[in-house]
Amino acid sequence: MSRNALGLWTMGVLSLVLVFGVPAIVETFALIDFTLFIAMAILSLSLAFVWGFGGILCFGQSAFFGLGAYTYAVAVINMGESTVPILLGILLPVILALVLGYFMFYGRVSDVYLAVITLAVSLVFYYLIGASAGEEYKIGSARLGGYNGMPSVPPINVPGDPSAAVEYEALYVPAAVLLAVVYFGLRALLASDFGRVLVSIRENEARTELLGYDARRIKTVALAIGAGIAGLSGVLFCAWGAYVSPTVFSLVFTAQIIMWILVGGLGTLTGAILGCVLIQYLATWLGETKIADVNIVLGAIFVAIVLLVPSGFVPMFARLGDTLTRRRGEAGS
Amino acid sequence: MTGPPLLETRGLTMRFGGVTAVAGADFTLGPGELRCLIGPNGAGKSTFFKCLTGQLRPTEGEILFDGESLVGEEPHAIARRGISIKTQVPSLFDGLSVAENLRLAAARTRNRAETRAAVDEIVGLVGLADRADSIASQLPHGQRQWLELGLVLACDPRLMLLDEPTAGMTKQEVARTAGIIREIGRDRAMIVVEHDMQFIQMIAHRVTVFHQGRILAEDTMDNILADERVRDVYLGKQAGAGRERGDA
Repeated sequence: MSRNALGLWTMGVLSLVLVFGVPAIVETFALIDFTLFIAMAILSLSLAFVWGFGGILCFGQSAFFGLGAYTYAVAVINMGESTVPILLGILLPVILALVLGYFMFYGRVSDVYLAVITLAVSLVFYYLIGASAGEEYKIGSARLGGYNGMPSVPPINVPGDPSAAVEYEALYVPAAVLLAVVYFGLRALLASDFGRVLVSIRENEARTELLGYDARRIKTVALAIGAGIAGLSGVLFCAWGAYVSPTVFSLVFTAQIIMWILVGGLGTLTGAILGCVLIQYLATWLGETKIADVNIVLGAIFVAIVLLVPSGFVPMFARLGDTLTRRRGEAGS
Repeated sequence: MTGPPLLETRGLTMRFGGVTAVAGADFTLGPGELRCLIGPNGAGKSTFFKCLTGQLRPTEGEILFDGESLVGEEPHAIARRGISIKTQVPSLFDGLSVAENLRLAAARTRNRAETRAAVDEIVGLVGLADRADSIASQLPHGQRQWLELGLVLACDPRLMLLDEPTAGMTKQEVARTAGIIREIGRDRAMIVVEHDMQFIQMIAHRVTVFHQGRILAEDTMDNILADERVRDVYLGKQAGAGRERGDA
């Protein structure tokens, strides 16, 4: 079996365990924690795709995430039913990404400025929403609430039936299914012609264009796909906590997404999930046990990983596995 | 020449600040013609190519391909019209295998089965059939040049621009490259920038000499070699450089 097929089977089995196995063994309280990790893992995947495969260092992935969360909150408060708000929470970030992508890629903005622009967009949202504390800042019946955020956001419900809420531990299974769908969807996309050309742009943009591919259009579409996934993650996050505040647009949060990916390994999808869950779990555990300050420990880990395992964990284990199989092969022959 | 030209430039000019790299070049290429472009370093040959492929937007002048203007078109749009370039330093997808490189180039205009057939054919044509699974970055320099030749060919262009296709090659490799170019040049137009005179004599019918961004001469190889002005700016300079080395 090739390594690719082996990885596909492993991830297939793991997702079945995640969807059906975990809820059977884990306590309700932990399941609620896990649901948050899953929402964040979807966010991590969105940037892993855009940055790791499209080569687009988007520092503002949290802008799409936060826009998804706020869109869901505003829409569901006004509508009372969650199906359309979920779709809007995906659609609006996609539109934002198409507009941003048009100006950045068609305007031939260089990579560094691209990171700066996307970060600035995120911070603009942060201050804009932060300044919306007054009574007058409301959309329909939804008050934006400034830095206090929007509390009591209604949960996701079974489509068409607002009284059948999917909340607390019940949100776990749909979230896990969505994570699996996003993961395998991205794998399929990367294996398609679009995915191959996207990676070729990352490898050598000038050559790709000289072969007749429109890199501007392909990168814009990739950014929009990533934004839609980030928006979905934002929707889940908002529905999970029944709350959203401008911290989703903050510098700390947007930097964290990048950290998840660097820890797990840039250019892998599995690494994005692993890095995200690992860091989130550690942060939660440190917060509960109060052994040490969360930020100091995470910062130290980040520095250590960049220095010692610059390619991230998943690529490191893959190399280790290759070396071991080769050794065994040599010993056997 | 019979019929309308495939490619025509009129007064093509490219200035970078105070430097004029191409200064009003009037160039014409017939359909299916193979032309060699020579000239000393800095004569504007590579800049001329970059204007033709849309990597640079000319300051002034007109480029007509098949009678239609190319000025202001994006590189990918020009590639789609049928102009394909092998750059001076091989530009490949270094992390991908030889076959994957070729497949990317071939897949734009072909379905899966056609792509596979095209890759199989081209990999043999450029002499890399036994290296199809090698990663591009691990190929020796000469084979990288051939792979890029393959990429250009896989686009199935009407006009191929080859910028120093034999740079850094051994004598045997140069001869083999000449064979490949003669083979693929049968049914497509080609402009080849080269410094290697022996190589040019192997492939060329007509030669255009660039000097200081202008076209200095255009003739058969034998007449070019006999041209006094060409000797002065190009061949003479080489001879001069040889004398300097001799003096030292």
